[in-house]
Amino acid sequence: MSNPQDFRLPDVGEGLTEADISRWSVQPGDIVEINQTLVEVETAKAMVELPSPFAGTVVTLHAAEGDTVEVGKPLITIDSAPDASPGSQQELNGDAAPAVEDDAEQAELLVGYGPRPAARTSELSLAGPPSRDVADAADSTPSAAPTTSGTTRPAAKPPVRKLAKELGVDLTTISPTGPHGTVTRDDVRRATTAAETRPVTEPEHAAERRIPIKGIRKHTAEAMVSSAFTAPHVTEFVMVDITATMRLRTAISARREFREVRVTPLVFVARALLLALRNTPEANATWDEQAREIVVKHYVNLGIATATDRGLMVPNIKNAERLSLRDLAESITGLAATARAGSSTLEDMSHGTITVSNIGVFGVDSGTPILNPGEAAILACGAVRRMPWVVSDGESERIEPRWVTQLSLSFDHRIIDGQQGSQLLADTAALLEDPGLAFL
Amino acid sequence: MAEVQTTEGNEPLHQLLTPDGTAELDGTLSLDLTTVDVRALYRDLVLTRRLDSEAIALQRQGELGLWPSLLGQEAAQVGAAHALLDQDMVFPTYREHGVACCRGVDPISLLGLFRGTTLGGWDPYDRNFNLYTLVIGAQTLHAVGYAMGVVRDDAVGSGDADRDTAVLAFLGDGALSEGETNEAFIWAATQQLPVVFFCQNNQWAISAPYSTQSRIPAARRAAGFGFPGIRVDGNDVLACLAATRDALRRARSGGGPTLIEALTYRVNAHTTADDASRYRSAAETEEWTGRDPLTRMHTFLSTEGLADPDFFSDVDKQSDALAERLRTGCRALAEPGTTLPFEHTYADMPAELRHQMREHHDFVASMERSEASQ
Repeated sequence: MSNPQDFRLPDVGEGLTEADISRWSVQPGDIVEINQTLVEVETAKAMVELPSPFAGTVVTLHAAEGDTVEVGKPLITIDSAPDASPGSQQELNGDAAPAVEDDAEQAELLVGYGPRPAARTSELSLAGPPSRDVADAADSTPSAAPTTSGTTRPAAKPPVRKLAKELGVDLTTISPTGPHGTVTRDDVRRATTAAETRPVTEPEHAAERRIPIKGIRKHTAEAMVSSAFTAPHVTEFVMVDITATMRLRTAISARREFREVRVTPLVFVARALLLALRNTPEANATWDEQAREIVVKHYVNLGIATATDRGLMVPNIKNAERLSLRDLAESITGLAATARAGSSTLEDMSHGTITVSNIGVFGVDSGTPILNPGEAAILACGAVRRMPWVVSDGESERIEPRWVTQLSLSFDHRIIDGQQGSQLLADTAALLEDPGLAFL
Repeated sequence: MAEVQTTEGNEPLHQLLTPDGTAELDGTLSLDLTTVDVRALYRDLVLTRRLDSEAIALQRQGELGLWPSLLGQEAAQVGAAHALLDQDMVFPTYREHGVACCRGVDPISLLGLFRGTTLGGWDPYDRNFNLYTLVIGAQTLHAVGYAMGVVRDDAVGSGDADRDTAVLAFLGDGALSEGETNEAFIWAATQQLPVVFFCQNNQWAISAPYSTQSRIPAARRAAGFGFPGIRVDGNDVLACLAATRDALRRARSGGGPTLIEALTYRVNAHTTADDASRYRSAAETEEWTGRDPLTRMHTFLSTEGLADPDFFSDVDKQSDALAERLRTGCRALAEPGTTLPFEHTYADMPAELRHQMREHHDFVASMERSEASQ
């Protein structure tokens, strides 16, 4: 006798309504034990592994990896009494039964724990709550009946299921030819041959590809829209000869204490910005709409825009203005590596005050960066190129190949004006052109 | 400027069992092992951990709304609980699952609170184990109040071992920052009350590290209030037992309060609704799992020849049976009737309340009928 049971997505975090399926640990046909991990889901609060409440054979996964499932909806069906004789009458009846979902019952079970409908009426007696036999309740609760949401569980003997699993064939996609509608070995083999000749699910020449908007993409989109349509952006540009900085970089990299440290041009740009901010602290600020105040920060949490496999992340370096060049370089390398590994913490990503974006790594010269929400300014630096540059003046004026880059600074015009924005950008450029100015 | 002692200050950490499972002598703590059932300690450690992991699984399966895990804190709880006498009274937080079990509270009734089928779950006087207190630090004042009652009952310092009573109040490091806790310390000190404050310093008050709560080790706070404080290795069940036993004895004999800081670590997140990776590093957690309280006790029992493989496999069997009982028992927990809150408000229900209860019951029943007739 088969006894398929649904495990519905529980609210695992006090008030959650949905979760994204990150990774299934089991597949249809797998035998699972109680508390064996079935799936990893990502909720608004955390990544959570869900252990199996049943021992048995996995029948159906009701959602694919990447899908969002509502709390209370079926996640997986597990047969806790797998049939020894597939094709028996009971199972066929079970399979053929239309998948009826009782809406009212489902609403009651939105959260798994707490009162169950089966027991509720009897609890109202003044005589006090009767004890409830769990087995009886399960039998009388509609949820115990197979509700496979329209997916028919294919009947197949265990060796056939094993074969299908080995060959990677989904039994639900097969038209059975065996007695009583069972899937046979031949059906499985035919399915593999068909799969080889049929086009793959996503044809090479598909005209479109649809990507669900979720995770970091969704977050980035919301942040950019909110920033672009609340903060009036102004972007200014400057082209700067950073040959002196490049020489300094070579000299510093050769020093013993910098042996293990990657000193990229970005490190100097970041350092120059931090020094320039001393002149224009108003650019390190946030617009507090609720309080009707501009909050000028006396600390700089420097965001580093980082391209990762999962999308754009902007972790920030706390109190970057206090760091030495070496510590700053280490922080930038470490922060970016952590972000690329996908292990940035919420703290890494929160409380940024100003951002640097190195678009030069993509080989481009300039752009108009959009502010990280809540910040007043963002600096983009372009590729560092060998360019002809007019040096000196008077008789010795000449053209020389120099290291040149472009900086662009976007700022929130609610918070600062062109004067402060230009000052910040010009000061940053001046420091990179002549790092000796840092002595002043 | 005077030098300020930091949390890393030189407060001695008392220990009887090292992380590698070797028994060692301590100048302050002593434990006559012939008076201790070390095998029972080990069994309770294992069962406590199993209760915890099974409850987490039940929460992830939607059977519990929430579960505060005690993983890593088993030794502190089991050690402290084994020092209690029957007449002593315990005031727990909401994480003392190990203490509850050692005290004889049915673990299934612990699950009821987190399943939402009850607001309490057990009779506090049945095992002298008060209901879980979710408000941080509130139980310290309840404990002090109870201890004042003990004094007025002349159940302190009478010399009668069956009569003299102590109160054991549990608290966490976060509770040290609460007003109630400090008030409780003051009352306990000035009245020399028979209360022992057992602070499991698991180093994280949800996401706030201990360093944001205090500049000095927790144990050292007691001196400022005027009673002794001691810091023990909270992952060493023998040290926790010895320190609590000493402190409870002193309390019963009229020697006043003690603060025990059991330095331990909350290996899991604050509760099942929390994600610890957002505020602390995996490396830190890994370091603490290396000081596991169960592993060292297992090593100690094996190398000292105090337990054989049969004993360990028997404990494992008991653990499996407990898990099975929890799974079935949790799902079979009776759901509360509508009259329950009325019934639990007064010892003797006043006529007016009885009237309200009937009205409420009739109202709910009429809703059921109209639903059924639709």
